[in-house]
Order: sequence, then C-alpha cells, then structure tokens
Amino acid sequence: MSSVSSTSGVSTLAAPARRRRSKIGWNLLGLLVFVTAGFPVYWMLNTAFKPAKDAIDPDPSLFPTGLTLSNFSRALDISDFWGPVGRSLVVSLAVVVVGMAVGMLAALAISRFAFRGRKVVIVGILAVQMVPLVAMIIPVFLLLNDLGQYDRLTGLVITYLTFILPFTVWTLRGFIVNIPKELEEAAMVDGCSRTGAFVRVVFPLLAPGLVATSVYAFIQAWNEYLYALMLMSQQNQTATVWLANFTTKHGTEYAPMMAGSTMLAVPIVILFLLVQRKMAAGLTAGAVKG
Amino acid sequence: MSAADTTTPAKVPPARQAPPPPPAAKEPARAKRTPGGTAVPWALLAPCLLVLVLVLGYPLVRLVTLSFQKFGQPQLWGFQPAESVGFDNFANVLGDGEFWSVVLRTIVFAAGCVVFTMVAGMLIALLLQRVSGWVKMLINIVLVASWGMPIIVATTVFKWLFDADYGILNALLSKLPGVEMIGHNWFASGPEGLAVIMLLVVWGAVPFVVITLSAGLTQVPKELEEAARLDGAGAWGVFRHVTLPILKPIIVMLTTLSVIWDVGVFPQVFVMRGGHPEAEFQLLTTYSYDKAFVVNDYAQGSAIALLTVVLLLGVVAVYMRQMLKIGEVE
Repeated sequence: MSSVSSTSGVSTLAAPARRRRSKIGWNLLGLLVFVTAGFPVYWMLNTAFKPAKDAIDPDPSLFPTGLTLSNFSRALDISDFWGPVGRSLVVSLAVVVVGMAVGMLAALAISRFAFRGRKVVIVGILAVQMVPLVAMIIPVFLLLNDLGQYDRLTGLVITYLTFILPFTVWTLRGFIVNIPKELEEAAMVDGCSRTGAFVRVVFPLLAPGLVATSVYAFIQAWNEYLYALMLMSQQNQTATVWLANFTTKHGTEYAPMMAGSTMLAVPIVILFLLVQRKMAAGLTAGAVKG
Repeated sequence: MSAADTTTPAKVPPARQAPPPPPAAKEPARAKRTPGGTAVPWALLAPCLLVLVLVLGYPLVRLVTLSFQKFGQPQLWGFQPAESVGFDNFANVLGDGEFWSVVLRTIVFAAGCVVFTMVAGMLIALLLQRVSGWVKMLINIVLVASWGMPIIVATTVFKWLFDADYGILNALLSKLPGVEMIGHNWFASGPEGLAVIMLLVVWGAVPFVVITLSAGLTQVPKELEEAARLDGAGAWGVFRHVTLPILKPIIVMLTTLSVIWDVGVFPQVFVMRGGHPEAEFQLLTTYSYDKAFVVNDYAQGSAIALLTVVLLLGVVAVYMRQMLKIGEVE
C-alpha cells in the first residue's frame, strides 16, 4: 500500500512494472511466513490423520499418505478422555460465569463512577496482571490445602478467577467507555432508575463485548496447565494435563498424541478465530473514538 | 495473556477539527459521573476485590512470610509449627552457585525470546502492509491459529517436530547434501534444547505482537511518511524517524509484557523435559518449583520465586508508567 503512494509522484513507465515485481517478491516472502508459521499446525493434523505406521517412518512424507481415524480411537482408549474434558468444561464455564458477573460490576464502577481511590483501583488491577502466576504456585497450593480445596474443582475455579478477573475488568471497561453516557442519561430522564437504565440500555450494547470477553476468558481457563497439574490429583485431571498420558516409560505414542492434541486444540482455535475478529472490531472501534 | 492490552493503541495526535471546548463547559460533564456518592462504586467493586485479595493478595503476603520461615514437609503436614529463620533462606539461595547460573540462563533465555519475538513481530507486521489481500488473510489465519493453540498442545507438537528418530525436522535437514541428522537428539545439551524451546515460545508469542503492531501501523499518518520521503528519507529512514517514534508506546508496552511473560515461561520447559528438567534446562521458574515440590523445601522455593518477582519489578514499573500514560486517558 505504502509503496504505491511512494512512487505516485514519479510517472515513469518502468515504475508500475517494478512495483508489480516488488509486490510479487513481498507476496512470496509472505507465503514463506505463512508456510513456516503454519507448519506446526499442519504437521499436527497431518500426523493425527495418517496411519500410525507412517508416523514412525524415518523418512516421512510431507504430504498426507492416507486418511484414518484410528489414531483418534487409540487416543480415546489410552485413558479416559471425556472425564478430563468434562472437568475442564465445568471449570472453564464456572470461571466465565462468575468472572463476567463480578468483572462487569467492577468494570462499571471504574468506568461510570468517579470516586476517591478510583485511580488506585485501576493501578492495582493493572499491577495484579503483572504478577507472574508461576511465582504464586507455592502459597496458592498451601492456601487451598488449608481451606480443604486441594483437588477440588472449586479451588481451581477460584484460582483461575485471579488471572481472568483483572483482564476481564480491563477489557469490559474498554467496551463500556465506548457506550455514550448520554444514552443512559436519556433513559434516566425518561424515568428509568439507574439500574433500569443499565439493564435496558447499557447491557444490550455491551452484550457483544461481553460475549467476546467470555469466550476469551473461557479459552484462557481451558488452556491453563500449571495450576491444573499442581492442584488436581491424577484421577481429577483436566484436559491439558490429560495430554501427558501419552508419554509412558515405554516411550511416546506420537500419532495418537497428535490426535489428542487435535481434539483439544481445534475447537479452541476455531473459537479463537471467531472471537478474535470481534475483539479486534471492538478494539478498533475504541481506537477511532480515541 | 491479555488482548486487553490492545485496547489502547498508539496515542496518535488526532486531527484537530474543532477547537477544544472551553474548560468551563467541561466541569459539569465530569461532575455527571458522580451522582451515586462513593458507596455505590465500592459496592460494585467489592466482589472483585474480595476474590483478588483472597486468592492473590493473601498468597502474595504468604509468599513473603514463607520465604523468611523454615517450611518443609513436617510444617506442611502440621507436625511442626513454621518458625522464622530470618534471612537464612535468602542466604542459602544467594550463596548457591547454581542459583546464579540459573539466573544468568533465565536472563539470556528471556532476552533471546523477547528480542526474537519483537524483531520477527515487527518484520511480519511491516510485511503485512506490503502483501496482497489474500496473502494477508492467509498469514492472519495462521497467526491467530498459533496464538489460540493451547501452550501444552504447541509444546507437544514441537516435541514431535524435533523428535530424534521420527521428527520431521531431522528428516528434512538430512535431505540437505552432507547433513546427517537422523537420530540427532536436540535435547542432549542445555543450550541447544533451550534454543528449541525459545523457538516454541517465539512462535507462540509473535502473533500477539504482530496483531498489536499492525493495529498501531494503521494509525501512522500517511502524510507524515510522504513528507519524510519528499525530504529524501529512504525506506529505513522513514521507518527509523517516522514509524518507530509513533509506535514507541506500543513497543514499550509489548516489550515489557514480553519480558514478564518470557521470564515466567514454565510449561514449555516442564513438559518438553517430561516433568523433570535437567540441571542444564533449569530456569528460575522451574528451579523454584523443583526446590518446593521435588526437594520439599517450600521456603526456599518461595524465596526464589520472590527474587524472581523482585527481578521483574523494574520492568513492571516501566509497563505501568506506559499504561497510565496511554491508557487512563478518559
């Protein structure tokens, strides 16, 4: 785009040809980036769907050699798949429901009210995002141990809220700020209470942002590994921890493991692809408004 | 961990269309925000703050107190009360030569991750401006897909790509004339293995950087680039003197975030090494984990974690300053 404008003043005959040639060069480079960045995903899918014996070929073919679902059934056989997935679903959904309810209230407070201490709260919420979660694993483990929440899904939900909440509050704040206050005020002039104005006017406008944030929070909770590993025992493991079951002392069964990876990643990646655009739309809308 | 940070793209001076309203008109508009007194906002904040204080504030305090105590298996089971030992844990940790080599390794590793992520991210973002629409779409899909991949899945996939006997990478490299890589174990030595893990981290981190920088790049006024070009600036000159200064707030934000995330890298190393990273692979995070949950010395593990947080404080301060400068405008 910019290369077009750069030569717009010069009208030699060679310019368009050169421009076209440089465009082809950039496109080739772009395709190289596409292939390199996409290769791990491609190889995961390729391995998952190829016959297991082709997966352990010292000279593997770069292209699909056949289509089979046997790796998937093997992956489901190795250890219980639906149990961990069910637990991950319960935890992630609980985190989303609680996180959105609590986070929306807090976001309203810091975006619609001016009060003493508002700045401190904002700084606090931003700062909290910066605490590396890995550093907190020991005291969180001890805390849940003391509360009798070790190896309980509720303990995991509460723990996840700590990294979902700050992010949720901050994102929802961004969406709320973009809803003109005048709309609420107009509703209140027409006789709505403050709560009524929120429920009838702000909430419907906030809904798309809320959905996008929810899905994003869901993905974060679903993908979490360290706390799920530390706070849950073997029989209560969640989906991400389940993936480690393919490595035993006899070695790793790579083809079924790639099938397992595919089952865990594909729904999440699709969700992410859907939401990412929506989030971006919300974000750019905010940017235009300044 | 948060696309939320993209809520505040570069603060580009907006085109002045209307003169700023007189300050007198602004006062009542601000006052409108506070009809409910202070009780309402605090009530709205209460549940959120409660959760954060309980599960983040309290453990944070506990992390500090723990690192000044003697806390091992007996204290965990409640057979013995935890007693204060002053700075003993820190003296032990800081006096240990291994700790310092872990610190050095962590710094080199994180710095490598951050530099490669930022440079690759910037190059791809610039490239995206120059390619055709369909190429741009392809790259975007791949980027979002690798961004959304669960870290555990990505780590597993990389483990498979770099497998000694059946990994595709060794097979491909062996196709080059004179290269025989079949059976080459990438994880036999620490530096080589960490380089692979670095690649994995960069692969996962680049999309966020590219997407944020691309959003920033759309805000660079074309007129400014044009003007610089008319003044005789080359492509590098335009980038160096026009694009870079405008993107600086975003770059600072992304760099600080990357530093924090890359120092916090844990599952990648942990899973790649099958849950037991060798001494040559230990980073501050895995080292702290090892001390606490393998050696069962929770106090020393906490001391190491606390030192990690202290190490990061400076970076966090820069990030916070930047966020407050560009974020808290309204």
